[in-house]
Amino acid sequence: MKLDAKIPSGPIEGKWDKYKFDSKLVNPANKRKYDVIVVGTGLGGASAASTLAELGFNVHAFFFHDSPRRAHSIAAQGGINAAKNYQNDGDSVMRLFYDTVKGGDFRSREANVYRLAQVSNAIIDQCVAQGVPFAREYGGYLDNRSFGGAQVSRTFYARGQTGQQLLLGAYQSMLRQVALGRVKLYPRTEMLDLVLVEGAVRGIITRNLFTGAIERHAADAVVLATGGYANVFYLSTNAKASNATAIWRAFKRGAGFANPCYTQIHPTCIPQSGEHQSKLTLMSESLRNDGRVWVPKQKGDQRPPAAIPEGERDYYLERKYPSYGNLAPRDISSRSAKEACDDGRGVGPTGKGVYLDFADSTARLGRDVIFERYGNLFEMYERITDEDPFKQPMRIYPAPHYTMGGLWVDYNLMSTIPGLHVLGEANFSDHGANRLGASALMQGLADGYFIVPYTLSNYLASNKLGKVTIEHPEFKAAEDGVRERTGKLLRLKGKRSVDSLHKELGRVMWEDCGMARTEQSLTRALGKIPALREEFWQNAIVTGSGQELNNELEKAGRVADYFELAELMCQDALQRKESCGGHFRVEYQTPDGEAKRDDDNFSHVSVWEHQGDGKAPVMNKEPLSFETIKLAQRSYK
Amino acid sequence: MKLTLRIWRQKNAESKGRLVTYPLDNVSPDMSFLEMMDLLNEQLIMKGDEPVAFDNDCREGICGACGLVISGIAHGPLPKTTTCQLHMRHFRDGDEITIEPWRAKAFPIIKDCVVNRSALDRVVIAGGYTSVSAGNAPDGNALLIPKPEAELAMDAAACIGCGACVAACKNASAMLFMSAKVGHLSHLPQGQPEHLSRTRTMVAQMDKEGFGSCTNTYECQAACPKDVSVGFIAELNRGYLAAACKG
Repeated sequence: MKLDAKIPSGPIEGKWDKYKFDSKLVNPANKRKYDVIVVGTGLGGASAASTLAELGFNVHAFFFHDSPRRAHSIAAQGGINAAKNYQNDGDSVMRLFYDTVKGGDFRSREANVYRLAQVSNAIIDQCVAQGVPFAREYGGYLDNRSFGGAQVSRTFYARGQTGQQLLLGAYQSMLRQVALGRVKLYPRTEMLDLVLVEGAVRGIITRNLFTGAIERHAADAVVLATGGYANVFYLSTNAKASNATAIWRAFKRGAGFANPCYTQIHPTCIPQSGEHQSKLTLMSESLRNDGRVWVPKQKGDQRPPAAIPEGERDYYLERKYPSYGNLAPRDISSRSAKEACDDGRGVGPTGKGVYLDFADSTARLGRDVIFERYGNLFEMYERITDEDPFKQPMRIYPAPHYTMGGLWVDYNLMSTIPGLHVLGEANFSDHGANRLGASALMQGLADGYFIVPYTLSNYLASNKLGKVTIEHPEFKAAEDGVRERTGKLLRLKGKRSVDSLHKELGRVMWEDCGMARTEQSLTRALGKIPALREEFWQNAIVTGSGQELNNELEKAGRVADYFELAELMCQDALQRKESCGGHFRVEYQTPDGEAKRDDDNFSHVSVWEHQGDGKAPVMNKEPLSFETIKLAQRSYK
Repeated sequence: MKLTLRIWRQKNAESKGRLVTYPLDNVSPDMSFLEMMDLLNEQLIMKGDEPVAFDNDCREGICGACGLVISGIAHGPLPKTTTCQLHMRHFRDGDEITIEPWRAKAFPIIKDCVVNRSALDRVVIAGGYTSVSAGNAPDGNALLIPKPEAELAMDAAACIGCGACVAACKNASAMLFMSAKVGHLSHLPQGQPEHLSRTRTMVAQMDKEGFGSCTNTYECQAACPKDVSVGFIAELNRGYLAAACKG
């Protein structure tokens, strides 16, 4: 596998301008002759579909929901970062770039991150023009809040529903193009394979979830914006149907998979209440602006929180990280919560929780201000737990939330398969080993509105692509493969439900490849996963038929892919003998328990290459060089 | 808790559906309504029966995918709450619960409790946007928007497109959904240039989809999980009148 990141030469500030000037353009009159498939309609997919259509391309947008507006981007609560410096607090493109690279623990690609920071301001402008109702100050100007890992206030927000509002903006833009006839929607349609012709991607095979029809779709380029794979853990903050199937199919067709072990465990989620739990609910990180995290100093202290006097509380983030305090980055906050609970100081019925306390800020700012900022989050918390955060502190615990790993892409956001572009959480490029809060929305929209429209045009203009139709033998071969696999799943009539096997896989991953990993735990997981996968293919039950809406069949296909991806995650975590960001190897830590990187041996992207089923994948490396930012140990103290 | 569930089962759009009774034991009050449904489905699967199909995804009340009519009430008895956020602690041991899909001419049933809500997307396609292409936008602070107006726009924009308003309405009207989209954009200066044409084309599409008329019974507002106000319907009607007068 050849890994050429294709980073433009020259100083970092000028790389993107140089790229745009050097790139080839498609004649406006010719654009309508190109078909582009976009899979996924979250922030990345919807913004790419609308913008490519605005340029004049024929866009085909595929999504498995009933409406494109339901993509999981909608669940993002807290906000979106931009380097506007509206607060006059010293922000700049360079600072947003620096914070993102540092937050990612120096495991991201400088040139991509700089470009992200550069286009961040245009995203806010675009969203405002679409009518995204961002929070305003009394003078009518845009308001900002602070987020973890930054000392400036650069996060734009729309109550606790920023993801929803940004997605509605992108969705509405895309639907405008539907009205103009430039985007065609394919609802309830799941991509099950990629089709390559002469080495380049030329289409996809899909299943219509309503009718079960397996269909072929040809195009000149394919954009995957299908999100992350945190549902490998079963319990995560991801929506139930979020899945890795599209990127996993691409991996099996030859796309490199980068840093699969980089997963983010979000510090502020509502703790699990019992075995019946089907998903975990995130409480926006923005709550840490005004909430103070604490546990009792005494082990096993069972008193209700109000009965524990100030002096007997450990505000551990403020104690350990005085300069960032409760706004320490996510990986650090999560690990600290786990340490406190492992130490026997956790709270709540299961002992797996820490307090997030609003008593001080309510006293300081008044109940109304706190309610205005977080009212909908408080209501959501109360609905789930039956507890009022104004009367007693919230209980929170970390949960799998985001995956920084994903398909490897170059500066064009193109994978190792020519023509296959990958956006948002589905790619690996911008967040290194840890993503900062309010940066996922920024990346999804940057990729879709302002990057892929340029890079994809350049690809189409620079390559002479012959005409390919769905009658091509490669389409038939891929369709046959999908039919065979679907048939195999439908013949599973064993004794265990797909969910029960998925839960078991999730437990293995959480225990052995979760917040803290060791050689021993990863080796153990690598022993268990193949056995569990075998059990799935021998003993799972899939009810119903293939010619109708069949949720169990959909789930089974996704879970089958998780079993394979889980193994790759563990292999990647095992070979990365260092700690960085969300990847914490217990063997590699500083004397005070912080992640200890090994820049001499691991300053690279680990890119895995599929070798065929049953064969071990091969790992390739893309070295990372830091020319603008000096490598340093992250410190938030 | 022990419950008796009466659930709408329907194989596909063509076949006739019926209510089927299922007893369910060991329901924890901490379960969400959909986790209770998961429990039932797990038991059905173990018996080799087909599980009940129902739409759901985020399970945190924001994606708008879920929606069941629970004992006659869209999204169940708790106000301002989606089905996925309704917890079993609001029911009592021994309760009998009837579970049905959204029922409206514009939402054909696909299977069991899953309906097709694409009609709502088509209403938005008819004009629920501002016509701005990427790259056009001026600086975000170039447009000053008074906080109260921005808040009103946000109140309307909070709609999650679940369709409960349609399911709750005796006429299966989509007026609350549509007025929320029109209201969101009309309270912002960005939405002004196309306000009247948007109102006209969206209303026309709504009628074409087979949604009923609004007769001001406000069931929609009571069922809305995001507390969208019927005040937006009044605004929409004023806008529609203005649009009609201007031809």
